[in-house]
Amino acid sequence: MTAALIFVVSLVTLLMFFVSYCRSLTASSSRHILSKDVRDVTGISAAASERDFIRVTQLLRLCPERPEDRAALRAVGLYFGILSLLQKTVARIAPSLDLWTKSERAGCANFAAVILDRRIAFSREILAQQEKF
Amino acid sequence: MAQIVSRLHRRRQQSSLVLEGAKFAFRASEEGPGKVRSVSGPIVWVIWYLGTALELAFVVCSIARKSFFRYFFLNLYFLLAVALSVVRQLTLGSFGPSSDEYRYVYFYTDALLTVALYMALISLYSHVFGELRFGKYLRLTAVLLLLGTALFSYAVVAQSTQYLSTTFAYELSQNLYFVGLVLTYVLWGAVLKLRETRTHLVQFVLSLGVYFSAYAASYALVNLASKYSVVELIGPILGCLLPLSWTITMLRHSEDTHLVPADLVAVPR
Repeated sequence: MTAALIFVVSLVTLLMFFVSYCRSLTASSSRHILSKDVRDVTGISAAASERDFIRVTQLLRLCPERPEDRAALRAVGLYFGILSLLQKTVARIAPSLDLWTKSERAGCANFAAVILDRRIAFSREILAQQEKF
Repeated sequence: MAQIVSRLHRRRQQSSLVLEGAKFAFRASEEGPGKVRSVSGPIVWVIWYLGTALELAFVVCSIARKSFFRYFFLNLYFLLAVALSVVRQLTLGSFGPSSDEYRYVYFYTDALLTVALYMALISLYSHVFGELRFGKYLRLTAVLLLLGTALFSYAVVAQSTQYLSTTFAYELSQNLYFVGLVLTYVLWGAVLKLRETRTHLVQFVLSLGVYFSAYAASYALVNLASKYSVVELIGPILGCLLPLSWTITMLRHSEDTHLVPADLVAVPR
C-alpha cells in the first residue's frame, strides 16, 4: 500500500519536473526567428502551430543529425505525446486544459522547427567544407 | 515514505551491480549490507559503460565550455563516481564479492558519493542564492544538515553490534539521499520564486528533480513488482539520466543563455 502510494506520488512529481524540464527546452528556442528556408519547406508562416510538429519531425529525419539535439528532441517528442494523450482524453471535458495543451504542442512544434533550422545550417556547413576540398 | 524513498540511494549501486553483474551476482541489493542476488550480466555492463561515458562527457563538455570551476562540485561528483567505480572493480577483482574488504569499500564509497552529490546540490543553491549575499549562512546550514543527518543515522544504527560501520554508511547514504530529494524540491521553488533565468542552472535543477523522482518511482516499482527481474534494470538505466541531461545542457547552451521565467511555470500565473 505504502509502495503504491509512493509510486503514485513520485510519478506525479516526476511528471511535474519533466513538464518543467521540457518547457525549459522549448522556451530556450522560443525567441529564435526561423529562417526563410525553413518557413518555405515547412509551410510555417509566422509561428508554428500544433499541427506542424509531425510534419517537421518527418523533415528532421531527412537531415543529418546533430548529436547535441538528439536527446532533447526525444524528450520533447515524448512531451508532445503526453500532451496529445491529454488532449484526446481529459482536455475534452476541460476547455482551459485544451487551450493549454494546444499552446504547449505549438511550442513543441516551434522547438522542432528550430532544430530543423539548425540542421539545415549544419548540412550547408558540411557541404561548404566538402566543396573546399 | 522515508523508508521507501530512502531506497533511492541504490542509484550508487549501479556501478557495483554492473561490476558484479559480470559474475552474475551482486551484493546488498534489497535488504542492506550482506544480501546476494543474481542479475543478468551483459546488459548491466552496457549500462555501466554508458553511464561512465556520460559522466566523463559532462566533465569534458564543462572543460570545453570553460565552466569546469564554475560547476566544480558537479564535475567533482562525476569524477569521483568514475574513480570510485575503478576502485570498486579493483577491490572486487582482488578480494571477491563476498569479502569484508569489498563490503567496506562498497558501502563507504557509496556514502562518499552521496555526500558528493549533496555537495553538488548545495553548490547549485549557492549559484541560485549567490546574489543575495547569504552564502555564509547557506554553507553553515548545509554543514549542520549534513552533521544532523550523520548523527541521526548513527542514532538509528547505534544498537547494531554487527557490521556497525557498514550499516552506518548505508544508513547515512539513504538518509542523505532523502534530504537531497527534499532539498531539490525546495530549490526548484526558489528558482521559480526568484525568477532565475540562467538556462544552465534551471536545467541542472530540473534534471536533478527528474532524476530523484524517477528513482523514487523505480524503487517503489521494485517493491510492487519484485517478481519481474526487468524492473531491477530500471534503476541503473535511470542512473544514466543525470549525466545525460546535464551533458545535453552543457552542449546546447552557453553560460550566457537565459530563459524567460514565465515560460517555466506549467500553469501561467
